[in-house]
Amino acid sequence: MAEGIKNKVAILGMGCTRFGERWESSAEDLMVEAFVECLTDAGIDKKDIQAAYLGSHFDEVNVGKSSLPLSVTLKLPYIPITRTENFCATATEAFRAACYAVAAGAYDIVLALGVEKLKDTGYAGLPGGGALGQTYNMIGAGSTAPGQFAQLATAYAKKYGLPMDRLKQAIAHVSIKSHANATRNPKAHLRKAITEEQVLAAPMIAYPLGLFDCCGVSDGCAAAIVTTPEIARRLKPNQDLIRVKAVQISVSSGEETMFNNWDGAHFEPTRRASRKAYEEAGVTDPRKEISMMEVHDCFSITEFVTYEDLHISPKGGAYEDVMSGFFDLDGQLPCQVDGGLKCYGHPIGASGLRMLYAMYEQLLERVPQERQVKNARLGLTHNLGGTPHQNVVSVAVIGRD
Amino acid sequence: MAGIVSCGAYAPRYRLKREKIFTAMGWMNPANRANARGDKAVANFDEDSLTMAVAAGRQALSGLDRAEVGGVYFASTTMPYKERLNAGIICGALGLTDQVRAADFSGGLKAGTSALLAALEGVEAKRLNNLVVCAADCRLGAPASVQEMVFGDAAAAAVVGSENVIAELRGSFSTTHDFVDHYRGQAAVFDRQWEDRWIRDQGYGLMIPEAVRGLLAAAGLDLTAFSKVIYPCRYGAERKRINKLLGITPEMDQSTLLAEIGECGTPQPLVMLAAALEEAQPGDRILVVGFGNGCDAIHLQVTDRIKTGRGGTGLSGSLANKAELDSYEKYLVWRNILPGDLGLRAEEDLWTRWSLLWRNHKAVLGLFGSKCLKCGTVQFPPQRICVNPDCGAVDEMTDYPFADKIGRISSYTGDNLAASYNPPAIYGQVEFEEGGKFLFDFTDCDLDSLAVGQRVGFSFRRKYYDAKRDIVGYFWKAVPLKEVD
Repeated sequence: MAEGIKNKVAILGMGCTRFGERWESSAEDLMVEAFVECLTDAGIDKKDIQAAYLGSHFDEVNVGKSSLPLSVTLKLPYIPITRTENFCATATEAFRAACYAVAAGAYDIVLALGVEKLKDTGYAGLPGGGALGQTYNMIGAGSTAPGQFAQLATAYAKKYGLPMDRLKQAIAHVSIKSHANATRNPKAHLRKAITEEQVLAAPMIAYPLGLFDCCGVSDGCAAAIVTTPEIARRLKPNQDLIRVKAVQISVSSGEETMFNNWDGAHFEPTRRASRKAYEEAGVTDPRKEISMMEVHDCFSITEFVTYEDLHISPKGGAYEDVMSGFFDLDGQLPCQVDGGLKCYGHPIGASGLRMLYAMYEQLLERVPQERQVKNARLGLTHNLGGTPHQNVVSVAVIGRD
Repeated sequence: MAGIVSCGAYAPRYRLKREKIFTAMGWMNPANRANARGDKAVANFDEDSLTMAVAAGRQALSGLDRAEVGGVYFASTTMPYKERLNAGIICGALGLTDQVRAADFSGGLKAGTSALLAALEGVEAKRLNNLVVCAADCRLGAPASVQEMVFGDAAAAAVVGSENVIAELRGSFSTTHDFVDHYRGQAAVFDRQWEDRWIRDQGYGLMIPEAVRGLLAAAGLDLTAFSKVIYPCRYGAERKRINKLLGITPEMDQSTLLAEIGECGTPQPLVMLAAALEEAQPGDRILVVGFGNGCDAIHLQVTDRIKTGRGGTGLSGSLANKAELDSYEKYLVWRNILPGDLGLRAEEDLWTRWSLLWRNHKAVLGLFGSKCLKCGTVQFPPQRICVNPDCGAVDEMTDYPFADKIGRISSYTGDNLAASYNPPAIYGQVEFEEGGKFLFDFTDCDLDSLAVGQRVGFSFRRKYYDAKRDIVGYFWKAVPLKEVD
């Protein structure tokens, strides 16, 4: 019987670039930047890396397909490398593969790196392309990401009888909190505090989501080197061990899209992946046991319903938690402690590893006091790629012993 | 017996006040003030002659068994394809079987009546039955032209068969003259016309009487035997002169709907016929004349079956379902007369994969999904493995038509980021009342009027246009219905 990978893998080092409109940097530059930080943190030589996984999503404006961009850019010497792609869970998939490679005993030291260069498209927002397949081009709605996710708000408001102006106020608070956290983070893309007044007065992007309900579209790269706990302890005897407690993925089966059993107001894969992750990590009461988290706030409403889908807030109870400051930096379960996708930025193929980087830094207490989560033991990360009705979700939990 | 079994007519929702056109372009053609009255029906940005023909055809087919339909004749001078059977696309959208006759009729404006006659005669000869005759046009006049002002977009359809006819074919008379009043060459975008006086005096003035008299002579009837005379001629004074000459009384003179729709081309006589049939009584004789490079005159007599209501109320329904198009410039952009900038996002090159379309043509053109024979779950797009998690049957599916079902909005948005000719792009999740769901584009609606739970119908529309390869892609959109509960 499979028992998962809890405690079988340790994070030896991590690196993450400043996210943002990196007009001066190519995807290759970003890879070098994150990798150098990661390798330095791990304290090993490049030749010690036995295998690697590269995550990138958009082929069109990025490095291209295959694992070659990683190998050639970093000059990795003929080692096995695989490219992972799974929408916004792409980087977490690279991380998961690296963890599995170590847990399986196939390799001792493995690199996972996620990179995305989005600001060479020439326009705001994400490129469309054939991401949903050629058939979708013939029959799919002419949609964008904000419009897809905005529908959560209309469905949620109807389901819970929550007036739209109150929902708007709550999701405004979600964004205000992330902006406040990002003001303290020099690597974040958007570092200005915002007010409720500003959020509510912002231009409408896709009803009912305004400009400040949408995350930044950024360039960036993040990387992790993982190994066995034994090797980590040997290489870093004086540092707390950060171990992987769970990495889980759940993928829509088509039910939300085609079967009439979905309310349009929640993410079924998030509910499933988080349950499995808690099980793998041995977490029984996530609301109490999880110290902090980075969730996939591509839009404020996404974060809002995700609180419920992660089984942190009761169903229909996200409003109360948000408005009471439960997820604020000084709240009971700080969320988006580095600014989240909202403000740290969202280079698709790098985001999962960026979230892990945020948790890793917190667990090692490397961040300044002003944004340090006190007594953090368990950090959760959550990615969601696709659309509310058809998506890929990853949930990872890492912890300090 | 050959005749019309049912009919439908369609005018697009948007109406542009001609006064607005004159305000914008009158400086260039002050004499157009005389035409600056009433509304011009304007196809939405996602409509064309073909989609309007489908709308009228669906009305005409309402309540009839699609399996009984023998084919589609499509008449238009503004078909989206020169090569690729336009009527074939309509067959797909109407959900017909493959073993049907389909043909495009074009060239002159009387193609509408010519298609109707061809269908009537095919049925009369017992070679064909239950043909859907669709006529639609979306003709363009250059900015500041008279045509821009008077033309309007519309469609009409009639099912022609041998049983249950509401109006029976009694006779016909045709003329053909290479009399060029209006014309468009191979590459023309805009209609061109010769002098009004020439069209009026030598065209309508001589050719309508010639056709009417020819038909009456062959039938051995006097015009007083007819309740309605239908003929296109927008020139008011000339119409009065022709009416007086032939003895057409005001009661017999069917309105051209110039003030409500505009001169609509090939569907003109059929739109007027649909209007006449909405009010016709058993025994009424109707004379329908199509005009354009000659005339077709068709003699129809209304039967008792008219009482079944198969004359339809599609036209009056369409006329009532209207929204003012608040901007002349919007009309110009929709018709690509003014090349508006949709932004870089719209410039992604999305190929039409014809082989892929062929494999999916029932879903794309006909909105067919599948129904699981094991558990009864209906699903779209068609699946091989049942989506019901408690079923999962493999290859136990039958085709299931969604196009005529009613749906309910379960979520929606108005997207200002998406490239759209009518922003915000409105779309949302729709659950069909009888099962199945899909994320549809919405059309013919305003964001402010939407609510979760609202009922929607479905309309065949242009999904995209690939300007580089001159390809129109079609699919279905949800059209919110008025009532909410």
